[in-house]
Amino acid sequence: MTTGRRKDALKHGAIWGFILVELAFFSIAGEFLAVSDKAFMDFDNMLLLLKQSAPIGIIALGMTIIMINGNIDLSVGATYALSAIVLLDSMTWPALQAMGDWAIPLAWGLALLTGTVLGALNGLIVWKTGVDAFIVTLGSMLGYRGLVFMINGEQPTSHLNWTLVDFAEAQFLGLHTATWFLLMAALALWLLMTRTVHGRNAYAIGDNREAAVNAGIRVGPHMMWNFVLIGFLAALSAVVFYSESGSVNPNDGMLFELWAITAVVLGGTKLTGGYGSILSTLGGVIAIQLLRKGLGHIGAATETVNLVIGLILIAVLLLDRQLNRKGKEELKI
Amino acid sequence: MTEITPVLRLDGIVKTFPGVRALDGVSLSVMPGEVHALMGENGAGKSTLMKVLGGIHAPDAGRIFIAEEPVIMTSPQQAKAKGVVFIHQELSLADELSVAENIFLGELPLKSFGRVDWKTLYDTTDAILETLNVGFDARTRVGDLSIANQQMVEIGRALTVNPRAVIFDEPTASLTDAEKVVLFKVIADLQARGVGIIYISHRMEEIFKITDRITVLRDGQYRGTLMTAETDEDEVTQLMIGRSLDLSRNASHHQMGDVALEVRDLTCGALFQDVSFSLRKGEVLGFYGLVGAGRTEIAETLFGLRTPSAGQILLEGQAVRITSPIEAIRHGISLVPEDRKNQGLVLGMNCRDNMTLPQVDGLRAGPFVSSGAEVEIFDHYKEKLDIRTPGWRQIVGNLSGGNQQKIVIGKWLSMRPKVLIVDEPTRGIDVGSKSEIHNLIRDLAAQGYAVIVISSEMPEVLHVSDRIIAMFAGRVMREFTSEEVTEDNLIQAISGIKEGRVA
Repeated sequence: MTTGRRKDALKHGAIWGFILVELAFFSIAGEFLAVSDKAFMDFDNMLLLLKQSAPIGIIALGMTIIMINGNIDLSVGATYALSAIVLLDSMTWPALQAMGDWAIPLAWGLALLTGTVLGALNGLIVWKTGVDAFIVTLGSMLGYRGLVFMINGEQPTSHLNWTLVDFAEAQFLGLHTATWFLLMAALALWLLMTRTVHGRNAYAIGDNREAAVNAGIRVGPHMMWNFVLIGFLAALSAVVFYSESGSVNPNDGMLFELWAITAVVLGGTKLTGGYGSILSTLGGVIAIQLLRKGLGHIGAATETVNLVIGLILIAVLLLDRQLNRKGKEELKI
Repeated sequence: MTEITPVLRLDGIVKTFPGVRALDGVSLSVMPGEVHALMGENGAGKSTLMKVLGGIHAPDAGRIFIAEEPVIMTSPQQAKAKGVVFIHQELSLADELSVAENIFLGELPLKSFGRVDWKTLYDTTDAILETLNVGFDARTRVGDLSIANQQMVEIGRALTVNPRAVIFDEPTASLTDAEKVVLFKVIADLQARGVGIIYISHRMEEIFKITDRITVLRDGQYRGTLMTAETDEDEVTQLMIGRSLDLSRNASHHQMGDVALEVRDLTCGALFQDVSFSLRKGEVLGFYGLVGAGRTEIAETLFGLRTPSAGQILLEGQAVRITSPIEAIRHGISLVPEDRKNQGLVLGMNCRDNMTLPQVDGLRAGPFVSSGAEVEIFDHYKEKLDIRTPGWRQIVGNLSGGNQQKIVIGKWLSMRPKVLIVDEPTRGIDVGSKSEIHNLIRDLAAQGYAVIVISSEMPEVLHVSDRIIAMFAGRVMREFTSEEVTEDNLIQAISGIKEGRVA
């Protein structure tokens, strides 16, 4: 069955191949069309790209697990915004301000706790009611966003803590803080999905829920833990980004859920569950960011970027479908 | 018969796929009014041949004739227009639509401005349903019908054209015996109208009951055509697998151990009532009955998928309460479910992961699963059960039915169960692998496992069981030892005839 394994390797490698194509294309096209005279593959530019991938990237990693499970989470954008507000607002509370820089870990903790609780709430509803995750998180997306507006109305919530900004802007071994968080999260989740019982169960439940139940897997609690995890990751993403920016608008994080899903799907994870990989999602995130930056580099307007990404997403899924269908036909002789 | 021209003739069909010669010069002819069985193991080329006939695959060589006119088939729709209709094993009906809408799907009778002519639609449909002699009308919602009746709808679809040939692909797979009788009557009616029928099935009993001739394929090659009246199961099996299948009685000669499982007056609502039995270590207890007699439901109750409303379950003398599969597994009860693909396996996962799924939590080294321990378990059962796969990385969905079933059995054996329940052990498994699974079940009993086998196939129950429990309408009708059971008294018992009831 070496062909099967080769095909698998091909599928996993596809997104990275796509990234290489993008790099080559923008480097060459950039020679003729670039608005700046800097090379596209400039090292600093690439480092920046990774950093900019982090906010959606961290969420997309969690979304991969949710989708392998056969679920979806539409509320991550709102969770992200709400956690960001908790992070910045809590640092202005007198009790925390009195603590000086010790307020920072506490604010982080509170923000992360917020995301975790919101995720747990989603998960609990999915588990206990059996309502489809799409509907549950559609509801909580609206609900959580409502909470965001209830806190500060249309006003942005701002607080700059320079120690925190320094930390967020720091570079360790060349990589930015945000990039480190993205990579660490990717490593941890990759281990989770490939090496642990939880990961194994996630694939089993997504592929065949009934068989998983019959094998003695507790499906409900398993799903809840995944929602807890993605809630935590949405908060982590917010914490990393807003430590640096210091100001959150009530509309921030809107459409994040869709960008995260786009990255996951681009990475080859099946919408129906049971198949997917953390590393490929990481590839998907980078590919999207590369496309945005690259199109900007050759002078395309922002509107064009979304159009192109949309077209590419559909093209990728079409291609995947064709490849898969061909494989199935051959098997079914 | 030779003077009459065949309604359908396939001549020297060849079809190759990359690396495989799926059909190698296969010929088949169907006479008007004939029921022609097409047999062969899974992968012998039956479905490929039918796909060629239906225009889904273009043949590399060979010709198709309808009433001796050469035709080129391009699609199932075109085949239907030429009078060749397929009744598939998997029903393709829209549950939310009415019977009439399903039967005329895509070809609804129209009035002006594209409005549907409902009256004509319902009248024509009712006329068709009348010839099928069914108990529902054109306006019934398809989702409300039983599987058997849904199949009738599918057959009704075939009757909207005047069919010359109808192909039935495993039509009885999910039918009860009573429903089969109705189906066979419909087939006989078609026969009487001079329609030629190709009947694809694994079930020998049916083949010998209703067919006129049998064509056998093996490995994509034509192995011969036999007159049904002049042959027997042995000869057909030999043609199919190149050897004969042993289905003799097979009571244990080894010593039985202690009682492993005892069930007292177990009741689950309307599904089954007052079921009592006991099972010893080293014994195979067969459950036989019609579909709906409550056999599978008993298995599901023992496995914690259903909650009993009354009764007791004793494992090795201890009363236990089982409310979920997790508890059943903890108590040492394992279930090989009847629907392997939907209930037993994670088809997209590899062999090893499927096999260790229920116990993977116990195979950890720190936070991570120990791949070595897993591979060890897989290799052990691969050898023990003779699972034919290139290695543990193989995706289970790509294995044959027999090997898939062995993976499920291996999965539970590796848990060292006190009671192993096997529901329909050989459903959808080809003849050659069937006997392997049967031998495996006998071997397990000889090794001291307590095994329950539930089956709808009488030869199978008779072959593997030490004792047989006959069920009818949710009740135990009679318990047989392998010495006292005969085909006749077993059929009597499962038909609800109470004479000689022992309970």
